[in-house]
Amino acid sequence: MNDNEHILKHIAKEASAGYDRKIMDYIHNAATHGLYEIRGMGAKRALPNFDDLVLLGASLSRYPLEGYREKCATKTILGTRFASKPIELEIPITIAGMSFGALSANVKESLGRAATELGTSTTTGDGGMTAEERQSSKTLVYQCLPSRYGFNPDDVRRADAIEIVIGQGAKPGGGGMLLGQKISPRVAKMRTLPEGIDQRSACRHPDWTGPDDLVIKIQELREMTDWEKPIYIKVGATRTFHDVKLAVHAGADVIVVDGMQGGTAATQTCFIEHVGIPTLAALRQAVDALEDLNMKGKVQLIISGGVRTGADVAKALAMGADAVAIGQGVLYALGCNHDAYTLDGLVHSACNDYANLGTAAGFCHHCHTGRCPVGITTQDEQLAQRLMPDLGAKRLKNYLKTLNMELTTLARACGKQNVHHLEREDLAAMTIEAAAMARLPLAGTDWIPGF
Amino acid sequence: MDSLSFDLAATPLRDLNRFLHKEAVAQGVRQVTVLHPDGAHNIAVGLNAPVAVEIEGHAGYYAAGMLKLGEVTIHGNAGTGVAENMMSGKVHVKGFASVSAGASAHGGLLVVDGDTSLRCGISLKGGDIVVGGSVGSFSGFMAQAGRMVICGNAGDALGDSLYEAVIYVRGRIKSLGADARIEEMTESDYQAVGELLAAAGFSYDPHEFKRVASAKSLYHWNADANQEY
Ligand code: SF4
Repeated sequence: MNDNEHILKHIAKEASAGYDRKIMDYIHNAATHGLYEIRGMGAKRALPNFDDLVLLGASLSRYPLEGYREKCATKTILGTRFASKPIELEIPITIAGMSFGALSANVKESLGRAATELGTSTTTGDGGMTAEERQSSKTLVYQCLPSRYGFNPDDVRRADAIEIVIGQGAKPGGGGMLLGQKISPRVAKMRTLPEGIDQRSACRHPDWTGPDDLVIKIQELREMTDWEKPIYIKVGATRTFHDVKLAVHAGADVIVVDGMQGGTAATQTCFIEHVGIPTLAALRQAVDALEDLNMKGKVQLIISGGVRTGADVAKALAMGADAVAIGQGVLYALGCNHDAYTLDGLVHSACNDYANLGTAAGFCHHCHTGRCPVGITTQDEQLAQRLMPDLGAKRLKNYLKTLNMELTTLARACGKQNVHHLEREDLAAMTIEAAAMARLPLAGTDWIPGF
Repeated sequence: MDSLSFDLAATPLRDLNRFLHKEAVAQGVRQVTVLHPDGAHNIAVGLNAPVAVEIEGHAGYYAAGMLKLGEVTIHGNAGTGVAENMMSGKVHVKGFASVSAGASAHGGLLVVDGDTSLRCGISLKGGDIVVGGSVGSFSGFMAQAGRMVICGNAGDALGDSLYEAVIYVRGRIKSLGADARIEEMTESDYQAVGELLAAAGFSYDPHEFKRVASAKSLYHWNADANQEY
């Protein structure tokens, strides 16, 4: 082989950075179908996240608590601003809103049971409240979404708190799309739509258009419930500093900020990957806004979007959140992307089912198809049997319990008797990006980029 | 005692709503008159008792919002979102109504004697709306079920992205929205319009109305419907 042939061979194998395999597939698909991709779950791209922070455990300058002996309180109270009946939770880890329709009824029941056993809350989703989830959830947050599918005053009265959803971290500014294959007779009835059609969800509420209207909308919900229930406002993370300020102005008791790592049942991939800001950045902006208004602690803050572990929870609390909400982590705990499921006490392989979807365990993001191999995001009666409420509740309870144990262990290591005493002082950043976004010093320095 | 007055110039709105929610039925009150509403927001929201509420003047946002049981009459104009998400019962606005009248209503009957502004009947989910005058643009946007009868004219983009709801219009339609089309009136349409007009207290001839419904071309994701959604 002469020199020229060597060079040509090398060039033949050199991938283009701008047009890699992924972007080529995207262009080939767009050219073939003339359609954008709709999929479930959250962003696949690497984003700065809680792993880019570390907790500064106590040594000499701080005094730790005995990990296996001393108690660390986790009680969390939400909605103390106006509501006469604030929410009292045993742990600061809540379950994020996910709809019946996106999830099976068995899963909704599993969420309620696990949350109740651990003394935390679960949340409805687009599509309304099911009897099973109300019955199984001691504390249930009822979402008021732009689509208003299944929204009704009886359920408002039966809820423990009301969450006005303005946006989701996976798709700020966008509506949803529940594809026809997931529209069972029950889902269709709850949403007052024909069976089998692709259901578009609106991106903005039908009866208010801006923050000044929202003030009155919130008053309506308060009047409607005699000022008993906390009102949450959930925003997708984008211009979070201003959005949080406006939510406070509108009268929120609790603000939920959902970062870019948040999941969805189904939306355009271009939204999931390209709209919004990472959870770290959003959390810092939200806390800044509350501090700026002197409302920190008066309006509680829930952060969601890529909270996966007890360490993530500890770091979120240290950054200034009062609680976290978990969606995707909950689905994984239930068995999402597992290679097997349990039916009638026997373990079965799900590998063929993943293969039929064109994917494999560990890579699946096919919630929008309704053919979930492990029975979570489906309305197919047979597939839904693959996750019965007993098993779902047990797995989820174990997961949340583990997170809480990790949270308290880490808090004690930082010398805290109460997880809500974790503070920014307890954190450092591992990367310059995380340091800049979270406004924390780079580990081992006192340097905060930009400050 | 079967009737009672609340003067909002002297009594906080919260007292009125609390009374309607918690005490009206126990005290056997069947009619409540609201004096000096002066555009107050959220009057009689969440009413869930067989009480007739007469609002003697103009109401602000969300009057009779989420009504379940009872009847509310506004002897004046209504602000944004009158009767939003009502489930059943009847709301009658004697004057004009602002934007989003009857938004996402699931049931019941909303009657507006005058005109309504933009987005009347947006996301309607099963209620009936009869408007004596004209409606503004984007009325019936994404309406899923239920019926709208418009005795006057309709603004731009009427019935955009309709699902199963049906809109009857007597006057001119400035433009139809995506996927909306005019269809032949059938006998059952004439009957439905006649019944709704009678319930609302109007005496127009149903034969003067045309029917607007969904062409259903957007019911399934369609690559060729660029910008139509
Ligand atoms: S396993 Fe089920 S829940 Fe998980 S990504 Fe696939 S379809 Fe969605």
